[in-house]
Amino acid sequence: MILSTAVAIAEARMGKPGEKYYSGRSRAIMERAYIAFKSSTWLIVISGFVEPVLFLLSFGYGLKDLVGDMTVAGQPVGYVAFIAPALLATSAMNGAIYDSTMNVFFKMNHDRVYHGMLATSLGPMDVALGEISWALLRGFSYAVGFMAVVVPLGLVPSAWGILAIPAAVLIAFGFASFGMAVTSYMKSFQQLEIINVFLLPMFLFSGSFYPLSVFPEWLQTVIRLFPLAHAIDLVRGLTLGNVSWALLEHVAYFVVMIVVGLFFTTKRLNALFMR
Amino acid sequence: MSQSLIHARELTKKFGDFTAVNGINFDVVKGESFGLLGPNGAGKSTAMRMIGATSQRTSGDLTILDKDPDLFGPQIRAHLGVVPQQDNLDTHLSVTDNLYIYGRYFGLSRKFLKGKIEELLTFAQLEEKRNAKVESLSGGMKRRLTIARALVSEPEILMLDEPTTGLDPQARHILWDRLFRLKEDGVTLLITTHFMDEAEQLCDRLVVMDKGAIMAEGSPAQLIKDYSTKEVLEVRFGSERNAHMADDLRQLCDRIEELPDRILMYTEDGEELLERVYKKGFHPKTSLVRRSSLEDVFLRLTGRTLID
Repeated sequence: MILSTAVAIAEARMGKPGEKYYSGRSRAIMERAYIAFKSSTWLIVISGFVEPVLFLLSFGYGLKDLVGDMTVAGQPVGYVAFIAPALLATSAMNGAIYDSTMNVFFKMNHDRVYHGMLATSLGPMDVALGEISWALLRGFSYAVGFMAVVVPLGLVPSAWGILAIPAAVLIAFGFASFGMAVTSYMKSFQQLEIINVFLLPMFLFSGSFYPLSVFPEWLQTVIRLFPLAHAIDLVRGLTLGNVSWALLEHVAYFVVMIVVGLFFTTKRLNALFMR
Repeated sequence: MSQSLIHARELTKKFGDFTAVNGINFDVVKGESFGLLGPNGAGKSTAMRMIGATSQRTSGDLTILDKDPDLFGPQIRAHLGVVPQQDNLDTHLSVTDNLYIYGRYFGLSRKFLKGKIEELLTFAQLEEKRNAKVESLSGGMKRRLTIARALVSEPEILMLDEPTTGLDPQARHILWDRLFRLKEDGVTLLITTHFMDEAEQLCDRLVVMDKGAIMAEGSPAQLIKDYSTKEVLEVRFGSERNAHMADDLRQLCDRIEELPDRILMYTEDGEELLERVYKKGFHPKTSLVRRSSLEDVFLRLTGRTLID
């Protein structure tokens, strides 16, 4: 049966779980993002791809002879191959954060785009999922782009490395859903800066450029409370082929982050626009 | 199914201690144009948002097409076209894309929307702006686009919150003309406004709201008949003397209202009253005879003007 009216389409979902919050059309939100993306500045898009490559070139090739080989799980690893997975994880984080914080804040408070969306038969869950999915799609393409640079350079010694792409998407999903939840509680651009206060130290201390073991035990424990250390361990484990069940612990961390983020985002969108 | 599309009984909305809508009752029937008239802050927009299923009521009953908006939000919103007070067009998209994507939010097919968009561009007189970005449109064009966008899902009820606020007179008249056409096509209109001329032009029936409550209900003509006289004589003696003159003028007609800048005298025959004013030896600086309007109704009901 082809449903041709807005009413018939909405009523077809009656009785389904979560019908008040979810209409099963987050794709429409992604379609909107795509149309807006087509006419947006390509520079922003490209910068997300170029940034980790620049880090790789400057830090990796700049320091590799000074630092020498690293030892991971008892095996020697070249310095560039050591930092490459960390840069992939970080760029997945940055892309997701950009899409889910600045972009979302603007649509929420300035353009009032969400007000328009939620006056239709869409629900807040459609909006949250659609926006986050778009952030993931972007994260996915950055990950593919980065792998296309590092694999030919021989920086991904293990075949497990291919899984770094879905891992990057998982990481982006975690940051995007959590970032959107946090943004939905922010009232001004100044408050949004709080997010950056966490991002930079996290990038510097999560074991991107050297192993966490250089820090005292207690500091390592603190760092492991934050998501980027898990992201880096996960991607590094895959690209270097140190695959064990322990990696699932990092996966679990991000699954929890996704669920918590989605829950609060939907709750908050509902409170903001459906009060 | 009952006759009324929208049915509200003791509808109440509180934000903390503040009661925005205080136990209002009304029914809107199919095909009519129903208005909520009142000053800013009267609770009109809050009432609209509850009807639009984007705000949950605190207490009372509300059904839209026999459904409770707290339980069937998406299903109810599928019947509604919403034109908010503050434009929320998608500024990143073109005119055509705004219409297209809004239809997609309702789940409508690309094929259906292709034809629908052409129809709506014609309706909104925006054919030549089809590829323009929203930001380049004038205020009147943006409003027409917002209305066209609200019509993309072929709603049974079109809800307009202060549709012509901020528009110049010409743009207002174009907009009113478009809304008349919709009414002729059988679309039920629900309009909030603080402009009495707009309410008189567009509404078959309306409620006068103030401080969250309904003060009166009826057709514009009926309300004027019930709460005002046929004509009004407006006289000005200059701001110093207005207050001083009020007591003398009171004896000449049924009722007067003192405003800061003028005195309104309520009567069945304005010209005749003006003659009597002159005969008494009073010489207003300016005088004007006009028919009673909803503004006078509001003044009578609340002691205040609609636009402060």
